[in-house]
Amino acid sequence: MFFHWLEKNPFYFAVLISIVISFAGLLEIVPNFAQAARPLTTETPKTVLELAGKNLYVKDNCIACHSQMIRPFKSETDRYGKYSLSGEYAYDRPFLWGSKRTGPDLHRVGNYRTTDWHENHMLNPPAIVPGSIMPAYKHMFTNLADIETAYAEAVTVKNAFFTPYGPEFKKTRAAWEAHRPKVLADAKKIADDMKSEDVKKAVANGQVPEIVAMIAYLNSLK
Amino acid sequence: MQSNAALEYDYTVAKMFTYVTILFGFLGMLVGTILALQLAFPELNYLIGEYGTFSRLRPVHTNTVIFGFTVSGVFATWYYFAQRVLKVSMAESRFLMILGKAHFWVYFIGALIATITLVFGISAGKEYAQYEWWIDIVIVIIWLMWGVSIFGIIGIRREKVLYVSIWYYLACFLGIAMLYLFNNMSIPTYFMTDGLGSINHSVSMYAGTNDALVQWWYGHNAVAFGFTVPIVGMIYYFLPKESGQAIYSYKLSLLSFWGLMFVYLWAGSHHLLWSTVPDWMQTMGSAFSIVLILPSWGSAINMLLTMKGEWNQLAENPLIKFMVIASTFYMLSTIEGPIQAIKSVNAIAHFTDWIPGHVHDGVLGWVVFMTMAALFHMAPRMWKREIYSKKLMGIQFWMQTTAVVLYFTSMWVAGITQGMMWRAVDEYGNLVYSFIDTVTVLHPYYVIRGVSGVLYLTGFILFAYNMYKTITAGRELTEEPQFKTPMA
Repeated sequence: MFFHWLEKNPFYFAVLISIVISFAGLLEIVPNFAQAARPLTTETPKTVLELAGKNLYVKDNCIACHSQMIRPFKSETDRYGKYSLSGEYAYDRPFLWGSKRTGPDLHRVGNYRTTDWHENHMLNPPAIVPGSIMPAYKHMFTNLADIETAYAEAVTVKNAFFTPYGPEFKKTRAAWEAHRPKVLADAKKIADDMKSEDVKKAVANGQVPEIVAMIAYLNSLK
Repeated sequence: MQSNAALEYDYTVAKMFTYVTILFGFLGMLVGTILALQLAFPELNYLIGEYGTFSRLRPVHTNTVIFGFTVSGVFATWYYFAQRVLKVSMAESRFLMILGKAHFWVYFIGALIATITLVFGISAGKEYAQYEWWIDIVIVIIWLMWGVSIFGIIGIRREKVLYVSIWYYLACFLGIAMLYLFNNMSIPTYFMTDGLGSINHSVSMYAGTNDALVQWWYGHNAVAFGFTVPIVGMIYYFLPKESGQAIYSYKLSLLSFWGLMFVYLWAGSHHLLWSTVPDWMQTMGSAFSIVLILPSWGSAINMLLTMKGEWNQLAENPLIKFMVIASTFYMLSTIEGPIQAIKSVNAIAHFTDWIPGHVHDGVLGWVVFMTMAALFHMAPRMWKREIYSKKLMGIQFWMQTTAVVLYFTSMWVAGITQGMMWRAVDEYGNLVYSFIDTVTVLHPYYVIRGVSGVLYLTGFILFAYNMYKTITAGRELTEEPQFKTPMA
């Protein structure tokens, strides 16, 4: 019998396992790969400041409690806005859909929350939403966001995946130094809407506290 | 070469992995219990500043129990039983001994460093695949070392026919290798620029919906090939060894094994129901999840029928109790999963606490129970001492069984409550509840889950204590027990 022979031949056994377990991936994932990657024509890649915020979303692991996936149900579109489309995620690396909603979905949070709201909320969530079990993220007001890494990411995805960043995105340090004032200008726009004097002062000194990048990212979710 | 003298197996490496299984089990469950309590009492988020928030600690919990506890349990049992079913001792090959020890140390130090990176928020962001690119490389090396070790010992085996458990461990090795490699494909940004920014950072090779598909193909099947496949392999070895009963059916083993191999991988997309993944993939995920009941229950029923006519052992031997209830929780979990994968059920269940509830009846009731039973079975044979206390083992059993039941029942209620409240509308079609209403209502269930965590963790500490006392103070055995593990 075939299986009796197989069970004496570990090499062929391993080969057969590999074939059998590869099937599903080949048939289910590969065919759709090119199509699912197409961005909506209205979709633009994130700015460097927003990318830095996205990296903080990853660093502090917001997906542990928040989804970014509005399902096509009336109860969800009523609560969060238009249901999510594949093309809206085309520049998201990694995808940040999450798998648990201990807190609400954030895919369109930029439509209905403001910089001011986020600032107060991140300092003390239950003060803004009584009963909230979300922890405060006070450290985001003192830690600095890594905008240089965010720039490196923009350049990387531009060169590796043809993400449409402009010609000024080059891999040299000089190009980064040239782009830096743009990031600081974006940061200043956010900081102007905030009340924390320390944050304003830091931005004026050419630094970007994490909270500024975080809010820029959250505001970009629309 | 040929000799009739009984083989002395060498358990050096198995013992080393046994210690770290217990260590990582304790740490992982400790963090898990803290997380459970944080959801009930949010003040607990501020114990260690920014490093102690729920969000930062959750990957520490998941990765420590998966890649710490479970994987080292898989390694410990492998280095124990592989020698025995292949009829060859590790001591016969200098190469295998050195490789085994090196495998342990690279793994242990790698795991410690990896855990620290998560605490500091160095993360690639995908669930159960958070480790950044350079840790991924270390993990690939660890896995390859294990692979060489597996094929090395198989290469010098005396018993030509591979026992069922070996099939499962081989599948674990190959499956995880394939999944891990493809899902973690990423590009370090530092090297794509002139050294700009952090050297840790990388971007995923896949974007958006593609990334989600690859991630859940990985995420679901890391569960398959980490939490199911090797654990089934364990029970195929340890249940007959502990009970003295032969496996009920070879044909059922065959069907369940190849069935599991083929079907499991398709089911990953059931994590993406109602998302932007194409509809046909979602339907495939749903359909194959239902089919998955067959091979899963096939193995579990094969185990239960192995005990046919010997059910008195259940009353006499707590280790049999552990293994039988592990099979039972496995059956529960593998019927619950397919139910959640039905699209209409998933519409309510997805994003709620029913999902962690499902995960935990599987891992606490099946994976951890089976792993502990295996280590209990191995201890008297590796250290040649009797188990320190049967009574303690009994207390531990009931404590942890109660904990598992509390965990999944509270999370069932919590999940379905939340899912129903999210969609509740009044007679005009307006939403009835604001989001925060659906959070505050869960408080009692979160408290129950916290209690369950404390109970389970306490049970695990009893296990660790019992193992420690067995190793250091158990009554010495003059000869190896044949079947039933001796205990005082």
